[in-house]
This record gives sequence, C-alpha cells and structure tokens, in this order.
Amino acid sequence: MSLPPLVEPASELSVDEVRRYSRHLIIPDVGMDGQKRLKNAKVLCVGAGGLGSPALLYLAAAGVGTLGIIDFDVVDESNLQRQIIHGQSDVGRPKAESAAASVREINPLIDVIVHNEALSNDNVMDIFSGYDLIVDGTDNFATRYMVNDAAVLLGKPYVWGSIYRFDGQASVFWAEHGPCYRCLYPEPPPPGMVPSCAEGGVLGVLCASIGSIQVNEAIKLIAGIGEPLVGRLMIYDALEMNYRSVKVRKDPECPLCGKNPTITELLDDYEAFCGAISEEAADATKDSTITATELKDLLDNGDIFLVDVREPNEYEIVNIPGATLIPKGEFLSGAALERLPQDKRVVLHCKSGARSAECLAIVKNAGFSDAAHLGGGVLAWINQIEPDKPAY
Amino acid sequence: MSSISVRIPTILRSYTGGEAEVKATGSTVREVVADLDANYSGIAARILDDNGKIRRFVNVYVGEEDVRFADGLDTPTPDGAQISIIPAVAGG
Repeated sequence: MSLPPLVEPASELSVDEVRRYSRHLIIPDVGMDGQKRLKNAKVLCVGAGGLGSPALLYLAAAGVGTLGIIDFDVVDESNLQRQIIHGQSDVGRPKAESAAASVREINPLIDVIVHNEALSNDNVMDIFSGYDLIVDGTDNFATRYMVNDAAVLLGKPYVWGSIYRFDGQASVFWAEHGPCYRCLYPEPPPPGMVPSCAEGGVLGVLCASIGSIQVNEAIKLIAGIGEPLVGRLMIYDALEMNYRSVKVRKDPECPLCGKNPTITELLDDYEAFCGAISEEAADATKDSTITATELKDLLDNGDIFLVDVREPNEYEIVNIPGATLIPKGEFLSGAALERLPQDKRVVLHCKSGARSAECLAIVKNAGFSDAAHLGGGVLAWINQIEPDKPAY
Repeated sequence: MSSISVRIPTILRSYTGGEAEVKATGSTVREVVADLDANYSGIAARILDDNGKIRRFVNVYVGEEDVRFADGLDTPTPDGAQISIIPAVAGG
C-alpha cells in the first residue's frame, strides 16, 4: 500500500539548500519535489532520549523544515551511553535545549521549536496540532498511550518505536489508513510485569537501529514514496541480527479507532491507566516504607534481614552492605519465601522502589506482616548514605 | 504432532536458558504454549492470564498473523510453523 504525500511541497529551494541536499536531489524518488516536501514538513519528536537522539539528528540533516523537540528532563551522565545528541558538557542541561543546539549545528537552515516541558493531557492536543507527523521516542507506556490517542483524535500519523535490551519494535500508526497503537496492544502491561530500560537496560546502539527506521518512515510518509510501515510491525533482534515483520490489523473493536469508538477524547489519567505500581503493591507499602536513614539505623542495630530484589548484574554494579540478593523472579515464583527468616524483620529494596513494592505485597501476603521496603531504593541509599558509590 | 519453532523475546529468555528460538509441539497455539510450559516452567503464565487467555499486552503470531485476529489459542499450528511471542515494551 503506498500513500499520497503527507505534505505539500514548498515553493522553492534556496541555492544553499540545493547544495546541501544534492545527494537527496539526485535520487529520482526524492528529487526536488520530495525535498521541497521535507522543507515544508513540521515534525515533532516526543522525547530527546535514546530514540529521539538519532531521530532528531537525521530528521534535521534530511532537511525537515520545522522540527519540534519536547522533553522535560535534563541530561544525566547515564544518558550518554546512547543519547548521542547530547555531550559531556550538556550534563545537567535541559534535554530539549541541548538537543536543539546539536540540531542547529547539524542544519542551520531549518526551524527548531523547543518545548522544554512535559507532554501532558493539558498541552498534548495543542502542541500536536502544530505538526504534520509525530515521532515517538518516549520511554513509558502512559505517554505512549497518550501520544497514540492524541494522534488518532487529531488524525496525525504516529511513527512509533520501542526498545528493550537487544530487542526493538517499530511501526507507523495512522488510523485513517490502518491500525493504531491500541489495535496492536489493547492494554498496557500491569505494573512490574515489563521492566523499563532503567530497570532492564538497553544496548546503546539499538537506539540507532530503531530511531533510523522511524526517520526512514517519516521521510517516506512526508514525500509519499515507497511502502510505509502502516499495518506492519518491524521486529529487530540485535543478538540474532535479524529483522522480521508481522501484520498489524486494524481492530474493528478498537475502543479508539474501531467501528464504535468509546474513547472520543483523551483519558483523564494515563498514569492511572498504566499504573505506576499495582494496587496490591501500593497497599502493601502503606506504613511499611522506610527511608535510607531509617534503614541505616536498623542495619547498625542488627535485627533486620535486608533483601535486594534486583538482578545479579545490578547487584554487581552497586549494593548495600549486608544485603542478600534474591531477585524478584523468586518472589513471583514463591521460591524466595523459604529463604526469609521468621525471627527477623524483613526489609526489601530494589533500584528505585517499584519492584520492592511488588515483592513486599507478596511477602506480606505470606504472613511477614512487619516487612517493609526502602522507599527510593538503592538510589536513595546512595544519595543519602553512601554518596561515593555510583548511581546507575 | 506438529513440530513448531517458537521465537522467544529477550524478556522471556530467562525461562529458556537464554535461547532465542526453541522447539515445541502441538497442533494449536494452546497446545504449543502448554508444551512450552512443560519444558520451560512458568513461561505460560507470562503469556496467559489467570483465566487462561492471552494477555492483552502480549501478541502471539503464527507466521505473520496475529492469532487475536484468527482463532486465538485455537489457531492451528501446522508442522514447521513459526510462532512469535511479542510483548509490549516501552523503552525509548
């Protein structure tokens, strides 16, 4: 299925633009017409992180005339392993501004719009309405469902990519011509079921593999060339080194883009739709969450059994002295319970407090009623007790 | 019994000892998942919910086709078919 060009061509290219884009112009499929369409295109990249970094750099270099960047975060040292749009001297700087500076350096002939804010229910419709196409480089389910819903409601194509460790997925969602994200994944996973990159890690260069697919698809849609990735899911396995595609069907029962939609405006609360932690975990942590300072006192006095529920490789990076490693999987399977002492108070911790909250619900359910978890996880411990240790 | 190859996503490879592709038998998706669980205990619970239905954030494909749009767990798996298990991930 080929689609007509998304964007009308600009009236002309300047001499500087002809020089700069000559390698595009001599490709017959792109040519002056395609490059003029790129010049007239307004593309918003949501997130200037792992996927946003290569996506923004290539969109800018390709001559997309108006490039929007939205990100609320600041550059952290742990970003630099993959977020190549930022450099060492950008640490601490807002990502949107740092990314804009790199983009302007790559291509001064385009307009860059900086949205140094979080995308939210209050601004998403307004911001999206100024663009022709949305490239998604966000890192959580709540924002992805919000981006999808807004894109469908506004009739915009949504170029989607997602990564985890060595696996990448990409597709183009455009309800007018095919399925939307909800047709592919009707519901987000319950909290704790699917780890984020912050919990599970990601191979830095995977971002480039998937981000470049997204730019490739954005360019094709804008110029109206080739076979767009509408109705197909591209699956990349970096370890096996293969790309496979499967069909994505438009779900006639989709609550958003199906025949009888029940979602006709944005949800009130996407965080709640995706759940930061499960209800059971939230209940378990009530009055059972301790601070790093409290943990230090408890450890100094002896009488607790501290359990690190992270993975062994995370334990190796940094750990709290005296902690016993029992990964979360062993709590899910139940095997962990017999390793817990009956005569000591059990305290759980993970990286930032989400996984330990899920485990706490299991432990309390098994009768360890005085069990607790460390709010903020090992990151809070490093921050408050052992600042010389590395955060990750 | 059909012999099926099953693609295992990174997130579930802890169940298969790191294997990205494993063999299973069964003439429907349901049978294949049961056979998988017999060899890789616990993996079925990551694919199916407590009611035995495919979880809404996991897609199962026979070849290129999403079984949600075929016969679900009763979708036939002919000999030599490739099944892919594709969970939603949100990293970026």
